[in-house]
This record gives sequence, C-alpha cells and structure tokens, in this order.
Amino acid sequence: MTDATIVRDLQGRAASLRRHILTVAGAYYAHLGGAMSCADLMAVLFFDFLRLDNARGARDHFLMSKGHAVTALHACMVELGQIDVTELPTSGQSGSRLAGHPTRKAPGVEFATGSLGHALSVGIGIALAEQLDRSGARTVVLLGDGELQEGTVWEAALSAPRFGLENLVAIVDYNRFQAGGRVDDVLPLDPLADKWRAFRWNVREIDGHDIAAIRTALAAVPAANGPTAIIAHTVKGKGVPGIEGTPRAHYTMLSDEEVQRTLAALEVVS
Amino acid sequence: MSGYFTAMSSAEVLSELAERNPAVVLLSQDFGAIGSFTARFPDRHFDVGISEENLVGVAAGLAHAGKLPFVLAMAPFLSMRGFEQIRDDCAYNRNPVKFIAPFSGLEAGPWGPTHHAMEDIALLRSIPGMTVLSPADPNEAHRAVRAAAEIDGPVYVRLGFLTPLDNYDAPFRVGEAVTMRDGNDVTLIATGGCVATALAAHEALLTDGIRARVVNMHTLKPLDNDAVECAARDTSRIVTVEEHSIIGGLGGAVAEVLAERGQGRMARVGVRDTFVLDVAPYPELLSRCGIDVAGVTSAAKRLLKD
Repeated sequence: MTDATIVRDLQGRAASLRRHILTVAGAYYAHLGGAMSCADLMAVLFFDFLRLDNARGARDHFLMSKGHAVTALHACMVELGQIDVTELPTSGQSGSRLAGHPTRKAPGVEFATGSLGHALSVGIGIALAEQLDRSGARTVVLLGDGELQEGTVWEAALSAPRFGLENLVAIVDYNRFQAGGRVDDVLPLDPLADKWRAFRWNVREIDGHDIAAIRTALAAVPAANGPTAIIAHTVKGKGVPGIEGTPRAHYTMLSDEEVQRTLAALEVVS
Repeated sequence: MSGYFTAMSSAEVLSELAERNPAVVLLSQDFGAIGSFTARFPDRHFDVGISEENLVGVAAGLAHAGKLPFVLAMAPFLSMRGFEQIRDDCAYNRNPVKFIAPFSGLEAGPWGPTHHAMEDIALLRSIPGMTVLSPADPNEAHRAVRAAAEIDGPVYVRLGFLTPLDNYDAPFRVGEAVTMRDGNDVTLIATGGCVATALAAHEALLTDGIRARVVNMHTLKPLDNDAVECAARDTSRIVTVEEHSIIGGLGGAVAEVLAERGQGRMARVGVRDTFVLDVAPYPELLSRCGIDVAGVTSAAKRLLKD
C-alpha cells in the first residue's frame, strides 16, 4: 500500500470511530468532545502503529490516561470485532459492560483508568519492564490537556527521561477545553511544548487531525535519547457540526437531528 | 530496631528472592543503596526520587508487564500520597505490588505530626483485595516479606520500631493470628511493635493475678475473625494495642467483628484521635500517648471492673 492509500484508509477508520462514538452520545450523556478530538490519533494508533497481536512478537501497550474519552477506545474495539456495534449505545446504562471510563470489565482495556494523572507513571513502569526484557515493545499513553493540571503528570514527566525509555510515547490531546471551560481560562498550559522539552523529552508538535502528520511523528519512535512527547493540536468535538470547538462539546447528549447532521458531515469527509 | 533498619535487613530477603526469581525488582524513593540488593542487582533497583504517586504508578506498570515489584517507602507518605495509586493502579487493576513501609506509627517521633503514620492501617485495609501485614519483630518482618512475595495481590508490610522477641519463631501464616500467651481473664490483641508492649503488660497483670491472653495480630487484612471471636467467647474482654489512631485501625477492625457478633466488650489503646504535637524521643512519645505497659494494664483493669 502506498502512503496515500494508508492515509485514506485511516481517514476512513477515523470516520468509522466517530460514527460509533455518535451512537453513544445519541443515546446518553457522554464525554463526546474528548472522544471526537482523539479519533484520528486513535485510528492511527490502533490501525497502523500499535502491535497488539502477541503472535507477532513484541506486544505494544496503550494506556488511555484521559479515561473519560473511553468511547473512542470502545469504538476501536468495535472496529476490531471485540465489541458489537449494538452494544456500544448501552454504555453507562444498567447492566452494560461499558462504563463511562475504561474499566477492567470492558473488552480491549489494557489498564483501567478514570482518575486523571495516573497512566503516565504506569506507562513508565511498563516501559521499564520492556526495557529490562529488551523486548522492543512500545508504550503509548494518551493524555488530556486538562489532565496536565494534575501534578502527578509532571512527577512522571520528570522521571521518564532519567530512565531512558526510548519506547515510551506520551500524546497530549490538546483540544483546549476542559469541564469548566477553556483550558486557557481555567489554568493555561502554554508554552506546553517548551515544558516537555525542558523536562528533556523529544517533542513533536502536530495537527492531531492530520493522519499523515500523526504517522510521521510516531515513526520517529524509538527516539535515540529518551521518551517522546507528541503535542497534538486538536478540536474538541471534532466532526460534530455546531458543537465542535465549543464548551458544550465536553459532556453532552446529542439530539437525533444533531446525530443525522454529523453523520452527513462524516459522509463528506470519508 | 528501627523500621528503617528492619526494612534494610529485609532487603537481604529481597536479594535472596531476586536471586531465585528474575522478575523481582525493587523501587525506592531517595534511600540510596538498599542493602546488598543495589550492588547485586543494579539494573533491577529503581530510585524514582521523592514522588510517592509516581513511585506507586511506576511499580504498578512494572507489575502489569510481568515483574514482581517491591516498593520501599516511608509509611506516612506512601500510604497517604500514594493511596489513590495503590487503590486504582495496584488493587483495582490487579497488580501485585509489595509495599515495605518503615516509619509507621510514631516511629519518626520528634520529627513531628507530618511524619507520623497513624492512619495507614485504616486507609489500606479499606481497599478491596489488599493484604495488610504488621509483623511484631525483625525476624517476623523477614517472614512477612517472604509471605508477601507469595500472595497473589498487593501487600502492605507495615514496619515500625521493632524489638526482637525472645524465643519467637512461629511460622508466618497470612490471616492467622498467633497466640503468644494463654489466659482467660482478658485478651490483649496487639500488632507490630505493640506486641512487645502487650507481652510486658501480660507479665505486669500476672502480678495482680490477672491472666491475660496475648494475641499477635500480624495480619490486619484479612483479619483473623476467628481469633477475635474466640477471645470474645473465652475472655469476653478485649484490649487492642496499636501504634495507630484508635479510629479505623486494629481497634476499629476488632470492634467491627465484635459489633457484628454482638459479643464481648473492648477498650482501644492507641493514638486518641489527636495529632501528636509533643516533642519527645520515640519511647517517651509512646508513653505520653498511653501506648505503654501502664496504658495497657489500666485499660485491662478498667474493663475487668465493669
């Protein structure tokens, strides 16, 4: 496959992920915005970058530190056949296997998260173990931007370069909104890339909706001298007309009309 | 022997475990070299600096990827700062990290209330799937560390100032209390270094003709409910002795059993819901809190009068 074909294919996957996420937000209140903003990142991770099949040797690791975007992860599992598409809208409802954060019970969840600021430390531990075993396995941790307000993230950020950990990747879904409003209004993070650089990470700053750019950034892993941080600039609620880039995107339920309008827009994209 | 030295001597047990099991790794926080472990297994000892949350999260990740991590960190900071990571990343995510926590109770003495761990038993035993051990002397601490390695789940080994007990080498069985002295007038249930206090109280009570049973509750979770029930049945009066808040620790755990069974009466010797502001060397500080032989014997006698 040519790169252009792969990119087109992954764009199609991302559109499918967004369609799956819509079935949840159309049925119930969900963290729609943060799931939609990372859909392109998730498409590249799960359908291009991560080696999740044991049979092929090193098994990579994925930790969703921004656990509230769980529907994006469940959507990947639908694409991989681990969750039935009809099960997805049961998320958060009585008796469902699917909760509002990645739990031990849901298929395809490598590590249960929810409380913010945990998974980068866990990712360091996993990467240390893989380094000890010289397995070459890669560990990817997806973080939210609001999540970076947790001090534990910076404890972890400080310690990862000290251990080398060339196969550790932290991706920040920088969608600029958190529950209480704009990140810049609540507690600004900028200059964000400089912060990670100062902590001695290899930093790449990309458009988090540009499939080719995401692939290029991930292709630089392992970096020669330590862990990689990818600052992915994204739009909260990306792909949902009238809602993307607004505070409502964070946690909402969509009307049938909004769902139909979004599905139509996704048709155009894919 | 201070909990710190007990922990350091436990490192020799870890070296032995590491020799046999290549999955064993050690994490610590700003403690420098740990016994012989660091020299023998330099690639398997990680000092993450002064950051308890990160420390526990990293350990959970190592366990997740198949390692058997032991974490050496100070009880007050590990149990309180690291609590959520112990709960979420270790217990909830089923990662069998083993914690060795010196400086529990009032061991840090004159360093002040920030360094006292009076809440760790209450916190840790509230976590589903957690095992909480509190050995009575340095040798039992080594046995507890060995036992922790065998448990399929996270384990907290609480270490304080521990005096070697004479002729004490009972096998360490998780969840099985050890009856150190027989007696049917009253039962002293103690944990950690307070077992030595209870043994001394046993002798003191004998001079008054009171025969006190002494139970070493070296496992706080799972609690030996049978030993508590048996004490309640045989002696009907129980005094708990611990270097911990009287809320939620050994006293709290025993009270839960007694309340559910509707049998027995009890008194709790421990830190009485206060920050210990007195500045004094460790043993004196315990006495000021009433956690000494006089405190235990008077609690026992008060119970017997009722």
